[in-house]
Amino acid sequence: MSDSHRLELETAPGDEHAEAEDLGEGITGYVVGLGLAVLLTVVAFALPSLDLVWAPSIPVALGVLAIAQMGVHLVFFLHVTTGPDNTNNVLALAFGLIIVFLVIGGSLWIMHAMNANMTGHGGMGM
Amino acid sequence: MSAVAHASAYGAPGMASHLGPPPKRIVTGYGFWIFLLSDFVMFSAFFAAYAVLAKATDGGPGGRELFDLRSVAAETAALLASSFTCGLGSIAASRKQAMAFYIAMLVTGALGAIFLGLEIKEFVGLVAQGAGPTRSAFLSGFFTLVGCHGLHVSLGLLWLLTMIAQVMAKGFRADILRRILCFSLFWHALDIIWVGIFTVVYLYGVYL
Repeated sequence: MSDSHRLELETAPGDEHAEAEDLGEGITGYVVGLGLAVLLTVVAFALPSLDLVWAPSIPVALGVLAIAQMGVHLVFFLHVTTGPDNTNNVLALAFGLIIVFLVIGGSLWIMHAMNANMTGHGGMGM
Repeated sequence: MSAVAHASAYGAPGMASHLGPPPKRIVTGYGFWIFLLSDFVMFSAFFAAYAVLAKATDGGPGGRELFDLRSVAAETAALLASSFTCGLGSIAASRKQAMAFYIAMLVTGALGAIFLGLEIKEFVGLVAQGAGPTRSAFLSGFFTLVGCHGLHVSLGLLWLLTMIAQVMAKGFRADILRRILCFSLFWHALDIIWVGIFTVVYLYGVYL
């Protein structure tokens, strides 16, 4: 098995593969990522002050924009993709995301339930 | 030299599978990726603490009164641009173009310093108006979360200067290139955390 074949099987996150590609291809990936990230950031900052969307949906919209931008950063800047050479990186990421959602979602859920069940004063008076 | 580098990059043949162990660059990058994910898990605990305490202002000022979104937008722009120039720097490193690498990394460092300066200015201003970390649980959570990210950026700046010095002293050796790969992963990961911070802390704080 040749080295080049070996390299196709696995990729480190953030790997450049500059030997295989020409310069323009590598830069194009970062330019596309930057363009998408700027677009998502500008929309996130502008959305609440414009009257474009139904006001109660703005928190959800901001959350979706943030998650989309994190995805853009992962794919275009950290080069974590769904390709077969990235299986290990994606599996590790998936495990990390499970923990992150358990910690954040679990904390919010349990504290909200606790506040809702505290009678008398409105939640924590810290 | 090249024979030694080749041997250390690919390890002894036939150790892991019929293909041999993966190249050291992949093992190192993967290990650092695991570290970054554990960093994300740590930040998720700070995010959870902040989100739970965001309304616990103890009658003191909240995000709407305290946060200046223009400053936050400038910080966001600086960090995003630095992520981009860091990417250009890692392309230059993989092509062994020293001058392009130095320029890209110095711009990255300058943008990171602008980000840190704006953040320190914000923190000093908050403490000066009596909204320091001891004022309320909300502000404790805020300073812990955002300060921890700022600490990561500070360490990243030190690492960046170290990498410039190492390339100057040792050139684009295989081990130096692996460190540059890890550094660029670290720097891009900080920008991902910042996306969560400017959304959850600043935008939610001002508009909710």
